Amino acid sequence: MSKILLIAEHDGSTLNPSTAKVVACAAEIPDAVIDVVVLASSTAELAAQAATLDSVNRVLSVENAANDSALAAVLAPQIAILADGYTHVFGPSTTFGKDLMPRVAALLGVNQVSDIMSVAGSHTFKRPIYAGNAVLEIEAPADVTVVATVRIASYKAVGNGNSAPIESTTVDVDLPQHTRFVELQAGSSDRPDLQTAARVVAGGRALGSVESFDLIYALADKLNAGIGASRAAVDAGYVPNEMQVGQTGKIIAPELYIAIGISGAIQHITGIKDAGTIVAINKDEEAPIFEVADIGLVGDLFAIVPELTESL
Amino acid sequence: MEKILVGLKRVVDYNVRVRVKSDGSGVETDGVKMSINPFDEIALEEALRIKEKGDAQEVIVVSIGTSEAQQQLRTGLAMGADRAILVNADESIDALGRARAFHELVNREQPGLVLLGKQAIDDDNSQTGQMLAALWDRPQATFASKIELNGDTARVTREVDIGIEIVDVDLPAVITVDLRMNEPRYVKLPDIMKAKKKPLDEIGFADLGVESGPKLKEVSFAAPAERKKGVTVDSVSALVAALKDKGLV
Repeated sequence: MSKILLIAEHDGSTLNPSTAKVVACAAEIPDAVIDVVVLASSTAELAAQAATLDSVNRVLSVENAANDSALAAVLAPQIAILADGYTHVFGPSTTFGKDLMPRVAALLGVNQVSDIMSVAGSHTFKRPIYAGNAVLEIEAPADVTVVATVRIASYKAVGNGNSAPIESTTVDVDLPQHTRFVELQAGSSDRPDLQTAARVVAGGRALGSVESFDLIYALADKLNAGIGASRAAVDAGYVPNEMQVGQTGKIIAPELYIAIGISGAIQHITGIKDAGTIVAINKDEEAPIFEVADIGLVGDLFAIVPELTESL
Repeated sequence: MEKILVGLKRVVDYNVRVRVKSDGSGVETDGVKMSINPFDEIALEEALRIKEKGDAQEVIVVSIGTSEAQQQLRTGLAMGADRAILVNADESIDALGRARAFHELVNREQPGLVLLGKQAIDDDNSQTGQMLAALWDRPQATFASKIELNGDTARVTREVDIGIEIVDVDLPAVITVDLRMNEPRYVKLPDIMKAKKKPLDEIGFADLGVESGPKLKEVSFAAPAERKKGVTVDSVSALVAALKDKGLV
């Protein structure tokens, strides 16, 4: 039997959709018993949300004012203690999980399995390396805890028809004061979240300016789509960093991805490979984005995009 | 602060299209261009700027790997680092082993700051910095795009999924850097000549008195699933028709 401790990601009041996807991955492990732990300053609402997730055996809630801002240095020592008796500790491969889980792994004296994309056995997993240009099958030792992050674009969220029991617990450990949260500047947007949107419209360097991105916003609004961007567009300052899609940005898997004025560097393509349908609009017919596009349209985006928005 | 320690990993250059060997035993690295991990180069640039502002006296670059990593360390010295340490490790050392080696070097050198890239572009693990911070029991600020030093603390701007997070960390600390922190300088020829005279110490991984972590066994390597060849349309109306055909609009 595999006993899996799963670290919930949340913003203090709402569970991040990544959590339900990590549960889906954990549930693929044979004979898995999955406990979700919610570490927060106020846990009731979050624990109730976690308890609805299918496949979850039990929800543990650890309420502590110190857990208010999800600092890895504060959460990791608590998780390392909670991990006792578990065979696996799983978290999402989001910036939250990427920051936290290696710190947990080091405290437990193990290596981490990063970015699980599929489960081949209780200790055998597949993960992408080299910007997704190779897939590595990796076997973790059976005599130590498996600490892993899950590539959330590879999984669909589990349903929420469950009512798992919730247990409060406390962790007796000194927490450090050396790291202090100052502020979070979240991009305010009414648009669908890039990481979970069914449709995404993304722009690249060819847009050429902040103002030109209005073309992307208009099309996205028509499609009720999230908005992404290439690294070049973010570096140029056309859009904020949280919109970057690719190896070092967000890995996404929408049903529809429309790449506009994006040439398609391998680092970008690795972020969209799991999309259902990729549409590319680019004036350069040699652009590598066309190698992965399901539907390509060669031409001037400044003419094509307004016409497309108009005709939808 | 007196010293900043910077990690430089030797990796396949980011422009190389990596291919899996036909027998699935690894990826093809023979005759492939190798470079400093791009994130590590940004970390070094930041360390040099901190030193040039007078906030640090010495920048030490460290690599853990085969003797070929001397090339990357020499490049780091040419960029402006003061000295280099190569931890000789023949087999590929895992992330926990690297973190333990860094921890031992930290104990020896007592830096005020350790700067690393947020991930290496070969294994895409993103682990070493966080692990070092855990072993050292010091703060970590990952995915950083800006560092402001303020005496015994640093204010770090982090790029996170929902935007920007700002944290204050007491020094010493580990900071892993993201792409937009700076643009690394180009190395000039005279600097390459000068770098040859700078000290580069070598030490065996085993001589550090640390061990690798419990090994993650590499079972096999495979090429990723290819996407099916798509179609090209010649007009917006044809694009809309194709999308409707797939039930996407």
